[in-house]
Amino acid sequence: MVKSWDIDLRIPLRFGLIAGLIALMESVIGIVTLSWERSLVANVVTMGQVLLFAPAIVIASMAAKQANQDKKLVSLLYGLVTGFLTAIPLIILIAMATAFDLRQFMPNVSPALIELLTFGRSPVAGSLILLGVTSLMGLLAAAFDFLPKFIQRPLLMGLIVTLTIGIFSEILSNRLRDLVSVDFSRAIFEGKALKTIIAAGLFAFVAVLNFLWNQFQEPIRGAFGSLPPRLTRVLRVLVILVLIALGLLIPTIAGTYLSEVINNVGIFVLMGLGLNIVVGFAGLLDLGYVAFFAIGAYSMAVFTTEGPLGVSNMSFWAAIPFCIVIAAFAGIVLGVPVLRMRGDYLAIVTLGFGEIIRILALSDLLKPYIGGAQGVLKIPKPTIINFFAVIRDFFVNLFRGLPLPKAPFETIDLIKPEQFYYIVLAGCALAWFVSWRLGESRLGRQWMAVREDEDVAEAVGIKLVSTKLLAFAVGAAFSGLSGAFFASKLTSIFPHSFKLDISINVLCLIIIGGIGSLPGVVVGSIILVGMPELLREFKEYRLLMYGILLVVMMLARPEGFIPSAVKRREMLTADEQMQASAETESAAGD
Amino acid sequence: MAMLELNNVHAFYGNIHALKGISIEVNEGEIVTLIGANGAGKSTTLKTISGLLKPRTGSITFEGEDLTIFPAHDIVYKGIALVPEGRGVFAKLTVIENLDMGAFSRTDREGIAADLDRVMTLFPRLEERRKQIAGTLSGGEQQMLATARALMAHPRLLLMDEPSMGLAPVLVESVFETIQEINQEGTTVLLVEQNAHMALQVADRGYVLQTGEIVLKDTAKGLRDNEEVQKAYLGME
Repeated sequence: MVKSWDIDLRIPLRFGLIAGLIALMESVIGIVTLSWERSLVANVVTMGQVLLFAPAIVIASMAAKQANQDKKLVSLLYGLVTGFLTAIPLIILIAMATAFDLRQFMPNVSPALIELLTFGRSPVAGSLILLGVTSLMGLLAAAFDFLPKFIQRPLLMGLIVTLTIGIFSEILSNRLRDLVSVDFSRAIFEGKALKTIIAAGLFAFVAVLNFLWNQFQEPIRGAFGSLPPRLTRVLRVLVILVLIALGLLIPTIAGTYLSEVINNVGIFVLMGLGLNIVVGFAGLLDLGYVAFFAIGAYSMAVFTTEGPLGVSNMSFWAAIPFCIVIAAFAGIVLGVPVLRMRGDYLAIVTLGFGEIIRILALSDLLKPYIGGAQGVLKIPKPTIINFFAVIRDFFVNLFRGLPLPKAPFETIDLIKPEQFYYIVLAGCALAWFVSWRLGESRLGRQWMAVREDEDVAEAVGIKLVSTKLLAFAVGAAFSGLSGAFFASKLTSIFPHSFKLDISINVLCLIIIGGIGSLPGVVVGSIILVGMPELLREFKEYRLLMYGILLVVMMLARPEGFIPSAVKRREMLTADEQMQASAETESAAGD
Repeated sequence: MAMLELNNVHAFYGNIHALKGISIEVNEGEIVTLIGANGAGKSTTLKTISGLLKPRTGSITFEGEDLTIFPAHDIVYKGIALVPEGRGVFAKLTVIENLDMGAFSRTDREGIAADLDRVMTLFPRLEERRKQIAGTLSGGEQQMLATARALMAHPRLLLMDEPSMGLAPVLVESVFETIQEINQEGTTVLLVEQNAHMALQVADRGYVLQTGEIVLKDTAKGLRDNEEVQKAYLGME
């Protein structure tokens, strides 16, 4: 009888134990205890609850999907058993913690943890409740799958958006307080969480919006596609203008703290765009990329500093071209000896190069010039002419018959992150434009050929030497610009700011974003640089999240969040490729 | 004067003396084949001509011009294209992108379009698979693509390194038919082959290489009738 039902209990067993181990790990390392009181939606759900029960829910849903489509009871059973098993490791933990003092070797298994796992009851009663709760959640997760897709998706989207806003509610409430009023902020947020009623409204709003979008996506797209091409172009320009306006308004909306975070992200976007040329376009694996960042930063530092190490007291703007050229030259210097190397060997040599630059910066040899371990201090922030005031004075004086304004004009120091933002934005926009144009150019094709196969590239008449050196030089130039911004932003730099982990971080962000893809670099930077900063309240656990994210990404979506066209194609199977090419052909035929 | 002349060429891989004084002539319009066992120096000869390996002494001239002073990528511009051993396609790019890359050395749009038509007629299979990724093509199709890619450079001399290697016998025949077709359209071919039997059927003349030296040169028919060649390379007793 069991056979006819097609039940394979090994499925929920495997999934349940995985979920249980995840929940157990979260408890033992202490993140559940830490975030148990951290509400996402006031009086409804806390971060700790989400963390503790998410494995049961998500993995039970995965287990339930393993059952045969039309065997609804089986899939419910899978969900139930998975949920049930999720609690088992936790119950063992409760039992052991009650019997022995585990804190000697697991310092985070505190009475507080046990109390929250048992819901404040006795160990036995608490364990039974826990078992009941996780089983119920598993069952519900399995049942959720029976809902039609057009209901599932809006619900999920609403949940994700509401919880995400809940996580960032402290930052958001601070911004609302400054932008609107304290009362408005209090009306929406309660402490560090969304108010219950607001959360419900938000959930409903997002769900309905998503529902409507899913329902009317096709007709809207169709209507847009059938507009006359002229109007489409006008609309496209309008969208771009709105985006530019938004880009310019961001610092006002975001405030000081978020602007600072955005500036850090921007500095990594700039580096990512550069490394994307070297690794993504030309396929040269460079692990010493931080070297050019350091060279750009130190160039900016010694050219502009007002301290004893300064060589020229140049302005920020005068120093920028030098920083770019020096970094690009360093790129060529690195490029020449590694021309004949490929893959792993190239990675190791560039790794060494990165370390050499850092150690040189630390060394006594260069200490008289770049300060050794003490670094370079008193790097001025950039200054711009106050064009607004100059133009105003020009007209005012013109009408009044006074002498017109003359150089030196009135200037503004870009001290605040909100002001510095515009410099980073301009740098990123420039790098984006250059990357985009180069990627489509003849040089871009050369890079692609070298990346795919050096030998064949040479056989079709591509100069390997200049192609590779140009990739190194352009990549290094972007990184040098980024370093120059970095030095000017921090106003002091030290050798330990240029460790290997920056190279690794930049490499990770272009891989997570989608190697070879420009939007991918931005998404990768936001996720790997911006997120850890915004999640600062979770202390060292955010690094754990970072690590988990990397592993999960590489398993679930190895091509990255926004893959480039070539990468996306590569990940398709041969059948899908035939289908895709047939589709593009029929599209071309229209 | 021959189109391509190698005169007493010596080449080394590090300390290994790979070519020991090779002299070869290829006349315009011919198919010339180099046959020989593994390690005889056949592929090395092609590498030396295409500039991937520089000869230590000796001269290589193409239409009277010394080739040894040019780097590999410039030699493509002289009108010599190499189909490397083991296919030599960009595995992750599509068929059409590969062909596009093959014309990298050229800027004459009309000529490129004409040559694209020409190779697509020569290899209708590639036309069917324009948008497919080269790495997912079968071995025979990849060989076609490698050849087509080389033809996109509009070479006057085509160097082919073991085009039949690893292909099913049915495909091998069609490869050699194509080589003849390419030759009839006016491209001179220098063909390196282990499959001496087939090579000597399509070629006009042939050279036999042994451990870096030319031991025999003759018309293809002469080599086919040569007893030693029959014994050593054609498997006849």
